[in-house]
Amino acid sequence: MTAFFLIAICVILFVVIFQISKASEYVSVLKGEEASRKQNNKINGFLMISFLILGLIGVWYCNHLFYGKTLLPQGSASVEGESIDTLLMVTIAITGLAFFITQILLFWFSFRYQEKEGKKAFYYPHNNKLEILWTTVPAITFMILVVFGLRLWFKLTGEPPKNAHVVEITGHQFGWDMRYPGKDNVLGKKNYKLYNNPSGNTLGVDFNDPASHDDIRTSEMHLPVGVPVKLVINSMDVIHDVGLNHFRLKMDAVPGIPTTLWFTPKYTTKQMQKRTGNPNFVYEISCDQMCGKGHFTMRGVIVVETKEEYKRWLAAQKSEYSTLMAQNATTPTAIENSIQVTKSETATKAIAKLEAKN
Amino acid sequence: MSTAITLQESQAHAGAHAAHAHHHEPFITKYIFSQDHKMISKQFVITGIIWAIIGGFFSVVFRLQLGFPESTFPWLEDIFGHWAAGGKLHPEFYYALVTMHGTVLVFFVLTAGLSGTFANFLIPLQIGARDMASPMLNMLSYWFFFLASVIMLSSLFVQTGPASGGWTVYPPLSALGEASEGSKTGMDLWLISMATFIISSLLGGLNYITTILNMRTKGMSMTRMPLTIWGLFFTAVLGVLAFPVLFSGVILLIFDRNLGTSFFLSDIVVAGKILPNEGGSAILFQHLFWFLGHPEVYIILLPAMGIASEIISVNSRKPIFGYMAMVGSLFAICILAFLVWAHHMFVTGMNPFAGAVFVLLTLLIAVPSSIKVFNWLTTLWRGNIRFTPAMLFAIGFVSLFISGGLTGIYLGNSSLDIHLHDTYFNIAHFHLVMGVASFFGMFAGLYHWFPKMFGRYMNNTLAYVHFWITLVGAYLIFWPMHYEGLAGMPRRYYDFANWESFKMFGGLNEFISVVAIIVFITQLLFVVNFFYSMFKGRKVTSTNPWGATTLEWTTPINPGHGNWEGEIPEVHRWPYDYSKDGRDYIPQTEAVGENESVH
Repeated sequence: MTAFFLIAICVILFVVIFQISKASEYVSVLKGEEASRKQNNKINGFLMISFLILGLIGVWYCNHLFYGKTLLPQGSASVEGESIDTLLMVTIAITGLAFFITQILLFWFSFRYQEKEGKKAFYYPHNNKLEILWTTVPAITFMILVVFGLRLWFKLTGEPPKNAHVVEITGHQFGWDMRYPGKDNVLGKKNYKLYNNPSGNTLGVDFNDPASHDDIRTSEMHLPVGVPVKLVINSMDVIHDVGLNHFRLKMDAVPGIPTTLWFTPKYTTKQMQKRTGNPNFVYEISCDQMCGKGHFTMRGVIVVETKEEYKRWLAAQKSEYSTLMAQNATTPTAIENSIQVTKSETATKAIAKLEAKN
Repeated sequence: MSTAITLQESQAHAGAHAAHAHHHEPFITKYIFSQDHKMISKQFVITGIIWAIIGGFFSVVFRLQLGFPESTFPWLEDIFGHWAAGGKLHPEFYYALVTMHGTVLVFFVLTAGLSGTFANFLIPLQIGARDMASPMLNMLSYWFFFLASVIMLSSLFVQTGPASGGWTVYPPLSALGEASEGSKTGMDLWLISMATFIISSLLGGLNYITTILNMRTKGMSMTRMPLTIWGLFFTAVLGVLAFPVLFSGVILLIFDRNLGTSFFLSDIVVAGKILPNEGGSAILFQHLFWFLGHPEVYIILLPAMGIASEIISVNSRKPIFGYMAMVGSLFAICILAFLVWAHHMFVTGMNPFAGAVFVLLTLLIAVPSSIKVFNWLTTLWRGNIRFTPAMLFAIGFVSLFISGGLTGIYLGNSSLDIHLHDTYFNIAHFHLVMGVASFFGMFAGLYHWFPKMFGRYMNNTLAYVHFWITLVGAYLIFWPMHYEGLAGMPRRYYDFANWESFKMFGGLNEFISVVAIIVFITQLLFVVNFFYSMFKGRKVTSTNPWGATTLEWTTPINPGHGNWEGEIPEVHRWPYDYSKDGRDYIPQTEAVGENESVH
């Protein structure tokens, strides 16, 4: 019923506006086109200056309402993100200044120089000095932003510090899997052709590689606070993106092309709960690259904790190898077969084998 | 030189012939398979309007989901059937709508609808030619576009739904039917439609370039062309050089989908199936796509810039400030547009050094853009401004171009992009700077040249209502989105309810959706005004209603095929002699006086 009324109101409004507009056309003919044009001009000139004033109030009001909901007041949760925030604030200041100057001039000029009786426009076709002025000033400003931006960019994309530990994160439709390298600090090799769903080897880990035997697989990422972490990012199927809004970073997960990203968590989850005043606060991994119908459900969780807590948590995890072995003890063929598949085999053979087994 | 003369002579001949013949021209060749550039431009604009309504309606539907995720709308089921079972959009179909909204508005409305309309209409009229260099190719250009439209439209009706991988159709998602319903038949139709569209665009572009270079009337040197023509010229150059690259990407993707090649595929397990493809690169497609995709932004923007420059000058009764700087900055944008594509790919894991080069070039392109803004402002300064509907939209264009352009400085700086990429900040940025701004350019152009197109005026009051609601609405929709983006809220999400980081924006999303619906309905006022005025509008009584200097206003009120009844007029001066030497305006056709200074 409400829908019906809404539509009815819309239609009536529409018809009313249309009829008024039609009538105004006749009125303008009666009044004389010149006179009605001048009246329209005055009204629109007034609306121009009103739009400017209301717009500026609106900009302030919008900021008042929503600034608190952005990530800026709570600060970056990673050490590197703080530089990003600084650069962001500098950019906001510079572009904000340019925004206010140009918009105020635009609407002020429109109001101030509206058509008036007996006034002539000023014939002013060019002035090279002015052109040079507004070529060089923006150019210099942008170059300053480029210099600061690139210094930060090379730091963010450069080598992580030596003490960084490695976590692998792999996206699939629609979720994330993490892998920790275990005691040997080396992640076992992977080959996507070793993917085997029944056996649980859904990351395609090559268990022929001894380095893989102590690797830990989890669905939640735990990180110690204050220690740099290097993420090795993979995808099993389509392109995903590891979006870490609290840490101010993101990186695509591309099938066949591993990418990396590093940062240093600054606050534990518990500290962040206090900082934001939100007891439910949690670091989230959002998929930021369109990946199919479940894209919006592709949520991961990062728990940042103290070093002691992290060590305790890590010690409690079992290696993927041992879990899978135990799981498949009743049906041993699955995992053994998947181990036997080696890289030298052609793809078709591997698939035929897996299909036959399934 | 000799070719130019022969072309002009043959055109003059054809024009004279047409002028005699057009009285008893049959319906089919006059309205359907017309070779008259003016009729073709009308075909483009009407097809564009239909697409804009469809594309806009899609955005209303997915905004309903974003604004009211808890509600159901039973009427959606009546329209979309099982895709909206129980009045709730299926996520797969939500993504299809998002994809179609982007594709339709970027390519079919703001590329074909904008440059198709104005290049066809204005180029011959403003440079003084009887028609395009090849009216036949021009007609084919429209009909290829029509064919592309039919194919794209038909993809809405296939069982598995239209393409749903985003308008950028990144593989592997778009390449694998197992990855998404929309990557089945819908995606094949999308690719075929796009290939057809590119053919249309190339035929059009080649024609525009040839016409501008060869068929200018006597005295119309390049530096005497109106800025609209310069804008359309660089647009055509961009299109002709960039679209073939997307064409190759489209063809390779068709191969990957149907012939088992691995250009973009490697190391993939999808739906539990291990694919044999190895050695391809998903990132390669992004390079091919954005090599067109970025110039595409300027293909959409440059015509609007040209139109705004012309209209601001005419209605301020002042010459455009810094004509050569305006042309120079268009040229600089045209060159730089080819060198910035990878700024869409900062987070793909690209080589950081390559990234750095693209940051530098991207921020360089902001320099010509700021030159243009300051020149528009100076043109307004000490003018005698008439607020025709066209002028209002041109001023609105400048305002939106500033607002959207400035946020490009954030996204072009890779260190900030790594935070803001693919968030609502990005949505706000490109909708303001190329979406709404170009729409404003298009509206400005239509209100301004409507009297020339149809010999009637559009209704002013409706136009004013249309302008003010649209301008305020555009800001109300997109300005708050910057804040959502600064909270990291990702684009292309169907629902935010389960996200601790984003769910606090529910109220704002609802507000944006309500405004979006109002703005969409307001656009229907324009549509009604357009078609009503076409038949019932106030008749134009003078050949030059706006008091403009350019050549199109020297033709009869309703020009026939061939445009000028007698000789094509000769040009003696640049097109911006407004308020010079105490005169309101001096037409381009008037000879320069003995003591007159030339700008």
